[in-house]
Amino acid sequence: MATFLLRRLGLMLLTLLLLSLIVFLAGQVLPGDPARAILGPLAAPAAVHSLDAQLGVNRPLIIRYVSWLGGLLHGNLGTSYSYRSAVAPFVGSALINSFKLAALAFVIVVPLGIAGGVVAALRAGRLTDRIISVTGLTLATVPEFVSGIVVIIVFAVTLKVLPVTAAAGPGASFWQQLRHLILPAIPLILVLFGYFARMARAGTIDALASDYTRTAVLKGLPQRTVLLRHVLRNSLLPTITVIATQTGYLIGGLVVVETLFNYQGIGGLIYKAAQAKDFPMLEGGVLTVGVVYALATLAADLLLIALSPQLRAAATGHAAGDAA
Amino acid sequence: MSETTATADGPPEAPAGTAALEISGLSITYRTGGVDRPAVQDVSLRITPGEAYGLVGESGSGKSTVALAVVRYLPRNGRVSAGSITVAGQDVLGLSRGRLRELRARSISMVYQEPTRALNPSLRVGAQVAEVFALGGMDARERQDATAQMLGKVRIADPAAVMRRYPHELSGGMAQRVVIAMALAASPELLILDEPTTALDATVEAEVLDLIASLRAEFGTSVLFISHNLAVIAKVCDRVGVLYAGSMIEEGAAGTVFRKPAHPYTVGLLRSVPRRGQRKDHGPLPVIPGFLPRPDEVGAGCVFASRCPLVVEQCRTSAPPPFEVEPGRVSRCYRWAEAENEMEEGTDAADTVSDAAVPDGLLTPSAEPLVNPPGAVSAVPPPVIALRHVSKTFHGGVQALSDVSLEVIAGQTLGIVGESGSGKTTLARVLLGLIPPDPGSEVALDGVALAPSAQRRPLAQLRALQIVFQNADSALNRRHSVRWLLSQPLARLAGLSGAALRARLNELVAEVRLEQRHLPLRPAQLSGGLKQRVAIARAFGGGPEVVVCDEPTSALDVSVQAAILNLLADLQRRERVTYLFISHDLGVVRYLSDRIVVLYLGRVMEDGPAEAVFDGPHHPYTEALLSAVPQLDGVVADRIRLDGEIPSAASPPDGCVFHTRCPRRLASGICETTPPPVLDADDGHSIRCHIPPAELRSLQGGTL
Amino acid sequence: MTISQTAPAPAAAPLAAAPPRWRRLTRKPTFLVGAAILLFWVVCAIAGSSIAPDSPLAQSLLATNAAPSAAHWFGTDQLGRDVLSRVLVGSRDILIITPLATVLGTVCGTALGLAMGYFGGVLDAVASRLVEAVLALPSVMVAFLFIVALGPSELTLIIVIGFIFTPLIARTVRAAVLAERHLDYLPAARLLGAGAWSVMVMEILPNVLPAVLVEFSVRLGYAIFTVATLSFLGFGIQPPTPDWGSDIAANYGVLAAGYWWETLFPALAIASLIIAINLITDSLEQVTGS
Repeated sequence: MATFLLRRLGLMLLTLLLLSLIVFLAGQVLPGDPARAILGPLAAPAAVHSLDAQLGVNRPLIIRYVSWLGGLLHGNLGTSYSYRSAVAPFVGSALINSFKLAALAFVIVVPLGIAGGVVAALRAGRLTDRIISVTGLTLATVPEFVSGIVVIIVFAVTLKVLPVTAAAGPGASFWQQLRHLILPAIPLILVLFGYFARMARAGTIDALASDYTRTAVLKGLPQRTVLLRHVLRNSLLPTITVIATQTGYLIGGLVVVETLFNYQGIGGLIYKAAQAKDFPMLEGGVLTVGVVYALATLAADLLLIALSPQLRAAATGHAAGDAA
Repeated sequence: MSETTATADGPPEAPAGTAALEISGLSITYRTGGVDRPAVQDVSLRITPGEAYGLVGESGSGKSTVALAVVRYLPRNGRVSAGSITVAGQDVLGLSRGRLRELRARSISMVYQEPTRALNPSLRVGAQVAEVFALGGMDARERQDATAQMLGKVRIADPAAVMRRYPHELSGGMAQRVVIAMALAASPELLILDEPTTALDATVEAEVLDLIASLRAEFGTSVLFISHNLAVIAKVCDRVGVLYAGSMIEEGAAGTVFRKPAHPYTVGLLRSVPRRGQRKDHGPLPVIPGFLPRPDEVGAGCVFASRCPLVVEQCRTSAPPPFEVEPGRVSRCYRWAEAENEMEEGTDAADTVSDAAVPDGLLTPSAEPLVNPPGAVSAVPPPVIALRHVSKTFHGGVQALSDVSLEVIAGQTLGIVGESGSGKTTLARVLLGLIPPDPGSEVALDGVALAPSAQRRPLAQLRALQIVFQNADSALNRRHSVRWLLSQPLARLAGLSGAALRARLNELVAEVRLEQRHLPLRPAQLSGGLKQRVAIARAFGGGPEVVVCDEPTSALDVSVQAAILNLLADLQRRERVTYLFISHDLGVVRYLSDRIVVLYLGRVMEDGPAEAVFDGPHHPYTEALLSAVPQLDGVVADRIRLDGEIPSAASPPDGCVFHTRCPRRLASGICETTPPPVLDADDGHSIRCHIPPAELRSLQGGTL
Repeated sequence: MTISQTAPAPAAAPLAAAPPRWRRLTRKPTFLVGAAILLFWVVCAIAGSSIAPDSPLAQSLLATNAAPSAAHWFGTDQLGRDVLSRVLVGSRDILIITPLATVLGTVCGTALGLAMGYFGGVLDAVASRLVEAVLALPSVMVAFLFIVALGPSELTLIIVIGFIFTPLIARTVRAAVLAERHLDYLPAARLLGAGAWSVMVMEILPNVLPAVLVEFSVRLGYAIFTVATLSFLGFGIQPPTPDWGSDIAANYGVLAAGYWWETLFPALAIASLIIAINLITDSLEQVTGS
């Protein structure tokens, strides 16, 4: 088990390393000169040169990459071109904001999606199933800015029941924050619902058609026991993986929603950095999202191992047929 | 849904003498493509309390459908269109859902074909058995005890340990015992077993069948045993019903039906199974001509009319009613009296008309083999295949093969016998270069060493050595047509193209008794037998010297198997190829093989001419194997019981690998410490055992 | 609701040919509706300028923000441009970029997935890490990185989106290949002397193709989604080229003032196109039985 964990961790680190390489190299393609970007077009060439030397722009590529990487590991994400101050605090507070929004969306859409998928599977082929499936499919296709705008028009402008901005202001209570976050969460819920319901449906249909479900039913067990102990226990495993892979989207993909609702999450941060060509901020944000995603998939893998004895055995190397 | 509200004593007691199961006029249809197709037509049977009733049939006969109808678990598109089913006095089809659940919990239990898949992979095995006891209202402690006790009854040595395991940690035999324990836990009136031992090894199967028999006696349960294996049914059941294309065509006491069948289909079925002592040299196996129809494909009249050798006009127009041959014996055949005589005539007047009913005149004279047969001038021909010291160890230390040496003479068939873990499939793949063996292994064709990987072998060697796999569905690319599949070896190995290729293709098609109309079809559109013919044709396309047959008939119906065996024998005669025939089916191996090698845990236990191996003296493992396989022809000498399960190949036992289960283990303990020598019994017959062959012969006392 | 087997029991192998799959496809209502909508937009993309009543670029300071009327069925926007014309012509760029990008991603992804699945070993291990690294980021973000570095243009969009899709498709194709790996027709082909590429293309690919087709269709929907979003954010198709996403971005500010038509019609256009693709995907999935 320990070897498996170490291997998994090692693979994750490798992936993150590759990611950092991609991000760093992308940055090198950016035309223009870092010192010039910081000091502006009117600065004197001498000042630009000396700042460049200070920034170490002329060192070989490898050295720059390694020192950049070293800085990362110390929590130093560089200095923003636009704000002239450290990137890390911006990223930190943006991350917290993103987590809040993601958590709210998650808490609603995960049970809703799974329940929808399971119900659709239990009534597979019939009207309920078609309705849930088609609804999920359609909702998932509407881009967030479309559903976001619709939601703003309906609830904020016309009905005036919910606030337009997602940030409740400093010192706001938990419930006030919640109230502000509901509208932005809705487009996310709509997009993710279809996806989760579909996965849950597929997993449940497989479980329902399996031999062990037949055994459970023919043992004379009550319906509820069959469903909970036998069907769902096995059907939800693939859904867990899928939920984990969506964390990347929830943390860093919410550019549109955060822009529409004026929310300082990571997505919005990265968007602004991209617009301003503030590359250190862009890099810092992207890397943070990557780390969060890698941790989420690791957590999902561990959860799967904990829940499935078969995967656990495969991970630790036990074979079948060891019985005497 | 309410929990069970019945009393702890169970459903109302059925009056004494009530049949455990009574099926009357049952007809079932499936709705596919918008049309209701019949799957079972007018089936009736009756099982008295304590009786074991066998339902025999090939694929599509409807036997599993009948079982599912009894427990009311037909798939959504299945429907009982007529008839009634009564279990212990209750009308199954009319029960409310709650009463149905009670019926399933208390009165009927089912055991399935693949035991590991029938168990929930996420729950411990003990918990799953305990669920049955929970339905009976026991508390946690009582459930644990009852589960342990039940597992002991199915002869599991350490119930407490096994209860904590998960299904994937159990071997097939162990898992099946658990499923049986689960089934009998509620002491049901009726136990349904649907091919319960088909997925198990022969020695394990024998144990499980013995177990079922003794439990039946102990619990007094009635048994409905479903199988395609006639010998197994003969061994276990009191009475038997034969299903064909959804109809019950014969019924009676097991012994009588199998000895003196009163229906042409039963006769044909029995004759197509290679019997004790039957060999390819005695002539081809009698085959039932035509195809196995689906129940919805038969027209008016007798379901068997299109293939029956005794058919008359009346058979085609009206379905025969059940005739009472004698009390308790029924046959749906107008000419049942003549059918009885057919059986006695034996194999003398055997037909050899094949599936595709191509007249014999179309058989082309045997083509010149494209590779010259090995020049054999000396008295002992050189071996065409020679394996020396072949070992294969997989990752994790699993030793699939250990120091295997064997030789095959040109034109002969070497039968390779073994159960799971014997390494027989690994051996085939090493020979073909699909798996590289351990260093030090030597594999040679015609005296020339073969490269460990097929990629590195020259085309001539690839051409000379081909394989027919067990499962034609897997071995034929489902996206290609038969024409494409057969053109591949012709183009790649034989180097043909254009008109020459087309000509040879047509010859090949005729040789395996396929037809031109099959060429544009895809594998999914062919029956099992036809698919295997395509696979065989592909193997022969390049004109090989040696063809490895890896369980080529194991996945086929009994009647189809006979035709394929005939084809293989025929091709061997005409093309003068050498076969390595791998199988777990001893009857088939005996029919086809000239020499036999017995493998156990990757080691050769016995090697000799086929008759010598079967007549004796045998290695104790061979002896056990032979006695484990149920025979159709009556009583067998005292059964050798093997203790325990086949050991894992990752940690083979010390000394003689068979010592853990060997009934003839020597008291001196030498079997546990020292690997046994290979001793000669007769000419070319060697046995790897500490006991000298002469002593084995006297211990084993005559032939089986 | 009773739990019963959801799959029909297998019958003996059918001996007649089933109707070819594409014919079953054309009979499905979901497919027909989706195809009809798609066809409509394709026609607009090709002949939009001819069909549109006005030039999409023609501004009119007199008729800004005019509500839908007989003269302008969809009204006008802040610069007095006819919304209907912009919606019709706006289909062009997106319907050029997205199929090209998806084809690029599908071809590269399929080749990579085949190689990863077939060869396994070191190639698979390394490629899988790369795939995961790229997939760690939401596609919009990766698009940002590259568009910022390379500058927004149609070619950049095609390459970027193709690059984003390659690992996704490779992963799906790899899984499909792995499902075939244990089947015996592969060693059978090797024993006939077929080389690695021959096996991958002639044996495995035909079996994997239905999955690839479905993936292509799914990705096309996402491509439209992504391009529309990028355009909305200003990183996609640049104004003044008529485009639905950038039109929404330009005009949603005046929603509060009640000028709903400028935003709604482009939004409906986006939604209808994506829904059409998804309907087609759904019917493809049903026909290929995945």
